[in-house]
Amino acid sequence: MLELLYLEQWSPYIAGAGIGVLSWFAFLLSDKPIGCSTAFTRTSGMIEHIFRGSKVDEKPYYKKFTPTIDWEWMLVLGVIIGAFVSSMISGVFQLQWVPSTWAASFGNSYSLRWIAALIGGILLGIGSRWAGGCTSGHGISGTLQLAASSWVAFICFFAGGVAAAYFIFNILGS
Amino acid sequence: MLKSLHENKKIQLIIGLIIGIFFGFFLQKGGVTNYNIIIGQLLLTDFTVFKVMLSAVIVGMLGVYLLRSLGYAQLHPKPGSLGATVIGGLIFGAGFAVLGYCPGTVAGAVGQGFLDALLGGIIGMLIGAGLFASMYPKLQKKILHKGYFGEVTFPELLKVNPWVIIIPLAIVLTALLFWMENIGL
Repeated sequence: MLELLYLEQWSPYIAGAGIGVLSWFAFLLSDKPIGCSTAFTRTSGMIEHIFRGSKVDEKPYYKKFTPTIDWEWMLVLGVIIGAFVSSMISGVFQLQWVPSTWAASFGNSYSLRWIAALIGGILLGIGSRWAGGCTSGHGISGTLQLAASSWVAFICFFAGGVAAAYFIFNILGS
Repeated sequence: MLKSLHENKKIQLIIGLIIGIFFGFFLQKGGVTNYNIIIGQLLLTDFTVFKVMLSAVIVGMLGVYLLRSLGYAQLHPKPGSLGATVIGGLIFGAGFAVLGYCPGTVAGAVGQGFLDALLGGIIGMLIGAGLFASMYPKLQKKILHKGYFGEVTFPELLKVNPWVIIIPLAIVLTALLFWMENIGL
């Protein structure tokens, strides 16, 4: 059993089933579906608060999602810790700037990868709040509840993702 | 007892953290905090992301609906509309491919030491979320409500007992995973 923890990678079915079981506990113990993207809205509000003070709280979107630490914010913090622990005990933790698939098409430049990641992050930040959820909130928690909105979101996430990845790697990067 | 647990804010923060730690652990062990695996999925050459997600949906759906049938859990479906879900979903998809992580896996990638996730992905997402908060009043008026279909689930939409959908769907999704494994995806 303990050797399982040291494995570099698990069968995707085991990891996925684990996430499914975790969703039972989220509903049972916290009355909440697992999600990640509102934590970024709240953090963004907290940072804006440092510069602009309480005026930030007047923004309608921050009235909906107050810039405070909540359950989901703690969950995202937990994800960082959990992935850190997992990668440390299996020995795959490593500081790395440029992933190999990216490097194969676009080279090893730190700044090019940084700019792409930044632009991707901005689109992801806008898109996840625009759609009202991300690959966890809609893609897993929403689809498992059989929510119509989440199945539509799931299809659009991957339709957009597959089209954009094709453009990036087969047209720009070829 | 569950209600008082749900209302205890301090305990909830700790439960959120613990669930997050397990979530991050499973995401990392599943390989989906890795850029190469996510891009492999979007280029349709590596189906790990689908396998993890579908397994989570099958197991999660059966358990969560069972808890609900027993009276231990309530559903929280998100509202949807064409203007919000479709347009937002496509923007999300583009970001997903450019960054190579999603909001949950980007946090996991940070934990694993990926600096593009930390200095590009996380900072970009914070900027994006801030931009959305600024655009929200205008978007709310003009786009987000277009084609609104609400907080509805398929069993409600079709007016059937949820298990009439859950059991066949669980069988179909499991068969889909077996089929993918069989043809070597």
